[in-house]
Amino acid sequence: MTAAVSTGGVKPAKRGRGFLAPTILPGFGTAFGFTLFYLCLIVLIPLGHMVLVSAGVGWTRFWAITLAPRVLHAFYISFGCAFVAALVNAVFGLIVAWVLVRYRFPGRRIIDAMVDLPFALPTSVAGIALTAIYAPNGWVGAFAKAAGFKIAFTPLGIIIALVFVGLPFIVRTVEPVLQDLDAEVEEAAASLGATRWQTFSKVLLPAILPALLTGIALAFARGVGEYGSVIFIAGNIPAVSEIVPLLIVARLEQYDYAGATIIATAMLGLSFLLLLAINFLQRWTRSRHAR
Amino acid sequence: MPADPHSRRPAVGEGPLTRVALIGLAILFLAAFLALPLAAVFSQALAKGVGAFIKGLTDPDALQAVKLTLMVAVIAVPLNLVFGVAASWAIAKFQFRGKSLLLALIDLPFSVSPVISGLVYVLLFGLHGTFGPWLRDHGVQIIFAVPGVVLATVFVTFPFVARELIPLMQEQGVEDEEAAIVLGASGWQTFRLVTLPNIRWGLLYGVLLCNARAMGEFGAVSVVSGHIRGKTNTMPLHVEILYNEYNFVAAFAVASLLALLALVTLAAKAALEWRFADQIAAAKR
Repeated sequence: MTAAVSTGGVKPAKRGRGFLAPTILPGFGTAFGFTLFYLCLIVLIPLGHMVLVSAGVGWTRFWAITLAPRVLHAFYISFGCAFVAALVNAVFGLIVAWVLVRYRFPGRRIIDAMVDLPFALPTSVAGIALTAIYAPNGWVGAFAKAAGFKIAFTPLGIIIALVFVGLPFIVRTVEPVLQDLDAEVEEAAASLGATRWQTFSKVLLPAILPALLTGIALAFARGVGEYGSVIFIAGNIPAVSEIVPLLIVARLEQYDYAGATIIATAMLGLSFLLLLAINFLQRWTRSRHAR
Repeated sequence: MPADPHSRRPAVGEGPLTRVALIGLAILFLAAFLALPLAAVFSQALAKGVGAFIKGLTDPDALQAVKLTLMVAVIAVPLNLVFGVAASWAIAKFQFRGKSLLLALIDLPFSVSPVISGLVYVLLFGLHGTFGPWLRDHGVQIIFAVPGVVLATVFVTFPFVARELIPLMQEQGVEDEEAAIVLGASGWQTFRLVTLPNIRWGLLYGVLLCNARAMGEFGAVSVVSGHIRGKTNTMPLHVEILYNEYNFVAAFAVASLLALLALVTLAAKAALEWRFADQIAAAKR
């Protein structure tokens, strides 16, 4: 395994040339070497290869494929629905985290464990279950139908699936921060005459905000790429409820490797740009709060 | 401190009405988004009675899917377990340059769409991929075969064990291991007798999450499997095929098995967290 190097006693570190800090612990070479090798083999080479393949296609075709109306609409649906779902989760995830951290009530532990259900439930199972509920003949879908609108097979259905998928990201990133908040700050605010809402919005929220933004970013990133839980409820109607991952699969099924690769690379690039932007936003909030 | 000693309310906090409203809202939201889908799975699976449910589960293709799912998990989870231990040993016990970059790269599979996780292997090993013709000439099939399913699963479950172990091992520091080495233990002895007992619950926790994802992965596997019934179909893929054939009872029967797995995972996770919490507290003392 990792530390298979037998030293038989104290052994000064040999690698001290600035890359590795001196240590007496053995096994760095083996562990680090294996980590790097496995990372390259499984993740970096395959991903890099995909980017290379799409680079070989050329810019003209790149833009021709990504700017096609159907593709553009799929991007709009994927990013738009993921964004709305992340915002819904930001509100309700914060409430759930707050309730779980601050209040004691019967069933709290079960609810706490249940929050991770979207992590544990296979996405295709979530997908068909949500479709069964929100289809026009489903438990909730029937009410919607009576009220004159549809949930499944519209962007609204996609948002519901992404809310399901993203919820634990928000709750689990906000929870530890809420737990660590000093009660004294709140007491100080209250003794200075702030109302509970003022204390929340002016004192607590700024402290939670970086964690909340991280949670939103994670939920958003997951939502953009989500496939299994969405394809059943989306109905996949071109230019209405078609998401980017489905488009990639459709191109692959037509043996259009170039098209699939280019759309995939564009999506990868866009998600990274957005994550980068959110990362900066987070640093900015944190530094503002620290002042 | 509360000014009035008879007051039950703490100095800060919401009024009882707000409290009840917030708890109610949280429970309502979770019931609608978490409990309802779970209930739907089981009620749809049993919609046509227990007989149809059992028939859906004992179908040869379904059994084959169960077998493949277990097999894929048995290969993918240990691979990522070994990687997770190696990566966390290197990252948590040593100081070296570029560590944060390495950490970010390990997390990379989390921010890649599962569909892309499958696609990258199709581009490498598929018939029209870079190594496709060579593999075909040598009679090796990876895509639309079991090796592809394993590779895609390894990719999506890549960070799970490492992610659990790195913060835990960082928190535990290096003093114990250094003492063992100074006292003459070999590296392997140090790992087995000092590090492993300290991280076993975290390890189990990571394996649990890794396994749940490995058995439940859909998008990545769907791209590389080719959906060959009885051959390259895992359980999540079998659910999709049955559903698209309007065989709803059978689809939900297989789905209920996966939902059960999810519930067991959650229960085990909650139990571990309970154990795990006082272990971490002990390590801090």
